[in-house]
Amino acid sequence: MNATGRTWRRPPILIKDRRWRIGIYAGLLAYLVAAAASIEIDWLRVYQGLERGWRFIEGFLRPDFTSRWNDISHGLIESLTMTVTSTVVGVIISVPIGIGAARNLAPLPVYAVCRSIIALSRALQEIIIAILFVAMFGFGPFAGFLTLSFATIGFLAKLLAEDIEDIDSSQVEAVRATGASWWQLVNYAVQPQVMPRLIGLSLYRFDINFRESAVIGIVGAGGIGATLNTAIDRYEFDSAGAILLIIIVIVMVAEYGSSTVRKWVQ
Amino acid sequence: MPARPVARPPMPARAALPEIAALLKIESLTKTYKTGDKALKGVSVEVPSGQVVGLIGPSGAGKSTLIRCINRLVEPTEGTVRLGELDVTRLSRRDLRRARRRIGMIFQEYALVERLTVMENVLSGRLGYVPFWRSFMRKFPPDSVEKAFALLDRVGLGEHADKRADALSGGQRQRVGIARALEQDPELLLVDEPTASLDPKTSRQIMRLILEICRERDLPAIINIHDVVLAQDFTQRILGLRAGELVFDGPPDQLDEKALTEIYGEEDWTAMRRRASEDEDEEPMHHSERELVERLEGLS
Amino acid sequence: MPIATHNGTPVWRQRTSRQSLAIWAGWLALVALFVFCWQVMTKDTIWAFVQDAPRQAADIGSRMVPPRWSYIEKLLVPLWDTLNIATLGTLLGIVFAIPVAFLAARNTTPSVWLVRPIALFIIVASRSINSLIWALLLVSIIGPGLLAGVIAIGLRSIGFVAKLMYEAIEEIDGKQVEAVQATGASASQVIDYAIVPQILPTFFGVAVFRWDINIRESTILGLVGAGGIGLQLQASLNVLAWPQVTMIFIVILATVVVSEWVSAKVRHAII
Repeated sequence: MNATGRTWRRPPILIKDRRWRIGIYAGLLAYLVAAAASIEIDWLRVYQGLERGWRFIEGFLRPDFTSRWNDISHGLIESLTMTVTSTVVGVIISVPIGIGAARNLAPLPVYAVCRSIIALSRALQEIIIAILFVAMFGFGPFAGFLTLSFATIGFLAKLLAEDIEDIDSSQVEAVRATGASWWQLVNYAVQPQVMPRLIGLSLYRFDINFRESAVIGIVGAGGIGATLNTAIDRYEFDSAGAILLIIIVIVMVAEYGSSTVRKWVQ
Repeated sequence: MPARPVARPPMPARAALPEIAALLKIESLTKTYKTGDKALKGVSVEVPSGQVVGLIGPSGAGKSTLIRCINRLVEPTEGTVRLGELDVTRLSRRDLRRARRRIGMIFQEYALVERLTVMENVLSGRLGYVPFWRSFMRKFPPDSVEKAFALLDRVGLGEHADKRADALSGGQRQRVGIARALEQDPELLLVDEPTASLDPKTSRQIMRLILEICRERDLPAIINIHDVVLAQDFTQRILGLRAGELVFDGPPDQLDEKALTEIYGEEDWTAMRRRASEDEDEEPMHHSERELVERLEGLS
Repeated sequence: MPIATHNGTPVWRQRTSRQSLAIWAGWLALVALFVFCWQVMTKDTIWAFVQDAPRQAADIGSRMVPPRWSYIEKLLVPLWDTLNIATLGTLLGIVFAIPVAFLAARNTTPSVWLVRPIALFIIVASRSINSLIWALLLVSIIGPGLLAGVIAIGLRSIGFVAKLMYEAIEEIDGKQVEAVQATGASASQVIDYAIVPQILPTFFGVAVFRWDINIRESTILGLVGAGGIGLQLQASLNVLAWPQVTMIFIVILATVVVSEWVSAKVRHAII
């Protein structure tokens, strides 16, 4: 065996064929160049913006909670109540839809209907749903509540259905072998297996709903987002900073709380 | 200085060669973990050049900790570790990295970087010698690459250089681990349970390979191993560790029932010996070795 | 096992009385909270509008069909912009997320008490604030346009990518790290040889996943002036051009479906 002068190069990680590799990388590079070129930057405007950006950072560091406190507290209450009600309603509706969308429990027609509801809810983003609901139900938190409830269904029912499809089928068989009815089957074989996950997902969705409630206000669906929008429009960066800090703190608290509850449940 | 509570068996002539300066000199090494567990309670031992030492003892006796204190993967609490003239325990981070290059280590369950190729794993033995950019670009000096190929040939994996490590079998992976340690050009080999999770036959092959390599290079090694029969068959000197203290130090043939009881506690050791001596072939060894392993595990 | 006595005979129960009482109290509290929130929320709701909603929905529905198919010509350039916002924003986010992830992971951070909390705060701040809000801020700061959109998407992506990455870093196999350290490797070499190979699959998966989400989010950034197809949506909504709105919805929906398909394919190919 020739033992001298052997060299070694690391074999390519992703694409083994040389031509494909060069072709794909060159294509990606060309796309990136074209994409970067498509951004027209008005440097003068950006330069002017630096001063405002600095003011925003200052506002964030020295937030002003007091001068707009009425608006802030009003928006915050709307956001929080919207979050609570929409999460509860969303979960209640998600459970039957989730069960219906689980192939191992539901007959095909029910499965198809439930899956299409989920697909519809997931494909449309919160903002777009909010625009439609605001147009139908008028401005205010009620439209926001409907938006978040609808969005919760797509999220929760899908994950619940996947959980149900993943459950240990031997337990289902064992309960079925006792001669249990469909309802008893769900109660005894399915519920104990997915309940902790369902509670965990509901809490997780609570987080998401709060975060989203801060956004849909921008299109008029109530909540803290409307207050934030106004503050930014008026260039009141110290009030905007205060609102953002409140959002961050609430999200942190909700995340910490939900992780504690999830540990406790499991 | 903690007094050694148990009298050592007399040192055999082979184990302590006073005329040769010890390469590795451990003095009253103590390790207390943050949890308050005392893993080592003043261990002192010397290893001369070229000697292969087996370190035995029940689980939790501090075997792993002792080995890791030598290259400071675990920081010792007290005591010194000398490698030649170098006091390893007093080195700065930078000098410690230089010292680690001189100490090759072979791990339990291989500890290969699973998603890198075999070659990258072997070449990682050179990391202490090359600047970051070279290692990042995988542009190792030609002699390192040549050495890596030679080592792979030596351990019988010449054909597998560009395979990913996780595509190999257990025995093959441990061979890569050996090649990685040797790629460092070590002056001392630390071997931590090299045969855990290997089947008995492969275990013996791996032990034989390690021993052969140590002989070829006159390389001293400390092999931490829970399998007493393997330790006796393949090492020149045996250290028995129990609850962080050295309770045996002698050649393998002095490891009698009394010594084993000292290390592991009461058990019918004659049964183990009988079986081990009955099955000289490798194949029938499986049974007794497995039983022994199970029994020793049960003791811990 | 909790057993109650009923007429002198023991009866099996699933829970003790105290446990079931606590659970009932919990549910009761939840119901009370819901009712309270509902009342606060609907205090200012004009129910006439709500009752009128089905009629409104029918009205808007009838205006929305048929979609104005020819409008698609004017949507191609905004669609291209949307794609670019998502891609460049994802790249921007990743560039910042990688160092943040290493600073936040317990096993790679230089300081658990000083640097790690800062990195974690960056992650939570970025995650708490939706890209639309970032866009709102940036449009106000650097003016409307694609740049604001790219930065907004980037800022939002930092937290998402960094969080998943630092969790992956904390879950790596420590033995592989130990083995590389034992060769005398420096800290940067340990990252390169022992940590990066272990987190690379997660990294690509997360990046592609986030790109998919970013496509979705960048379709609406135009609502606040940050470029892309959302600008057209805003313009059409302002003039109540519902057939155009439908067309935009169709295009957005198609884009989202295609990007989801692409990301699933790419993730499958990589991992």
